[in-house]
Amino acid sequence: MQFDSFSAFLNMGGYGFYVWLSFGVSTALLAGLIFSSITNHTKVIKDIATRQQREDKLRQVRKDRKNSKNNEPKEENQ
Amino acid sequence: MWKWLHPYANPEVSYHFTGKLLPWLSTLATLFLSIGIIWALAFAPADYQQGDSFRIFYIHVPAASLSMGIYLGMAIAAFTSMVWQFKLADASAAAMAPVGAVFTAIALITGAAWGKPMWGTWWIWDARLTSELILLFLYLGVIALHSAFEDKNLAGKAAGILTLVGVINLPIIKYSVEWWNTLHQGSTVSKLGKPSMSVDMLWPFLFCFLGFALLVGVIICIRFRSEILTRNSIRPWVRTLVSAHLTQEKNNAVR
Amino acid sequence: MATTNLSYRSVFSLVLKRDLTIAMRHKDDIINPLLFFVIVVTLFPLGIGPEAQTLSRIAPGIIWVAALLSTLLSLDRLFKSDHDDGSLEQMLLSPQPVFILVLAKIVAHWLITGLPLILIAPLLAVLLHLNEQSYVALMLTLLLGTPVLSLLGAIGVALTVGIKKGGVLLSLLVLPLYIPVLIFATNAIDTAALGLPYDGQLAIIAALFIGSLTLAPFAVGAALKVSTN
Repeated sequence: MQFDSFSAFLNMGGYGFYVWLSFGVSTALLAGLIFSSITNHTKVIKDIATRQQREDKLRQVRKDRKNSKNNEPKEENQ
Repeated sequence: MWKWLHPYANPEVSYHFTGKLLPWLSTLATLFLSIGIIWALAFAPADYQQGDSFRIFYIHVPAASLSMGIYLGMAIAAFTSMVWQFKLADASAAAMAPVGAVFTAIALITGAAWGKPMWGTWWIWDARLTSELILLFLYLGVIALHSAFEDKNLAGKAAGILTLVGVINLPIIKYSVEWWNTLHQGSTVSKLGKPSMSVDMLWPFLFCFLGFALLVGVIICIRFRSEILTRNSIRPWVRTLVSAHLTQEKNNAVR
Repeated sequence: MATTNLSYRSVFSLVLKRDLTIAMRHKDDIINPLLFFVIVVTLFPLGIGPEAQTLSRIAPGIIWVAALLSTLLSLDRLFKSDHDDGSLEQMLLSPQPVFILVLAKIVAHWLITGLPLILIAPLLAVLLHLNEQSYVALMLTLLLGTPVLSLLGAIGVALTVGIKKGGVLLSLLVLPLYIPVLIFATNAIDTAALGLPYDGQLAIIAALFIGSLTLAPFAVGAALKVSTN
């Protein structure tokens, strides 16, 4: 341990402000980057899922429409 | 000779491979970084001339080297994509750009915070700092160009061209900036060259460097996987993956 | 369908919200002018030399000129996309007074362009070794001056929006209008560096601000009616 006390550790031999500014900003930037990468990943998955559900729903609607047309040709369902 | 790499050109294979890699890289990164940072902050000796402000070195130098290394990686990816038409390389370049930009910013900010107590000024137009600032602009330009295109394939091609032009320019920029700096005699010579370090300082430095490098790997893997999913969203393997993910989410929510 | 009676405030906030939402969806519109500002400021030391004394003497001028140029670049998006898809004409045809719509768009433009400029200017001042006493003056002149840039610039864009390749013409029209702001702002910052009071210069910039705030929207409205003819 290079420091005698916690306050000496914070002080960093008089350079405390600069050392902790550097470490703090770096941690903040890296944490932000990691957080944004992970949230972006889940967002991508969610977007693909919503698009898939929308396409499945469209496919289902088209299939139903075709079936109803085949079964009752004079049906005027809206 | 490169036959063993061929399967990895398949996005699905690469996706699952990086997925398996991720937990290992994350554990190693956490391990090395925590040991390295704590060592650097509390156990490494203070510098004879610079005192405890020298501890900034342990973040500043790894960040600066990694910022240049990532750009080189981006350039290699761009080159691979262009010459061998590897679509996946475009995805990896897009994944690397933000990481490189953040590390360049960290290098610049920690450098300024170190410079203030050492040189008395937050910024100095020294050759190395100026080249690093220009590198940041190159990164931001690549990111901006990539986001300006709707079609990801075109975006990758354009960003790739820009990256390659930038990498050819990088030695030219460094050379001209050094020339500009030595010609105008106003600035002091910086002494930030790699000192012959004592062992007490070398070890925490290595741990920090390795930790940061592994962290870069982790973040690039995560972003690379997101890029693969975005670019291959119509493929059936992505569809099955996403539905599996959805059902897992539903099960978690029900619980 | 009866005309809904919308108050001035609701029309203003409606258009403001619309423009801000569009800007949020095209973040490039915010980031690119800002990056341009930073890069232009960086070019000056590279061209002039890194000597701190020289740089600190010309720092106010550099920052302000770079702010002018980057505002100029960003003005294009004020009316262009609305003009291209016809929504600008629809806005002019609506029963709401044009000056409210125009004012809302200009406020949105300042929030997207001017405000980030003001926030990043101190960092650039550090790069240029600006005198410590000048920082407050720099921020105040930018705070009062950038809205003037948006307001006067809007007049120029409104005049040139219908013209193909109106970009360079826009600069020729608008830069002379910007000159008073530039002169008083840099003067204020230089006076602050000497430790002297600079309230006079700030007051004049404030007067330019109030004047353009009240009068520019009408000029813009008239210009838009000409351009969409």
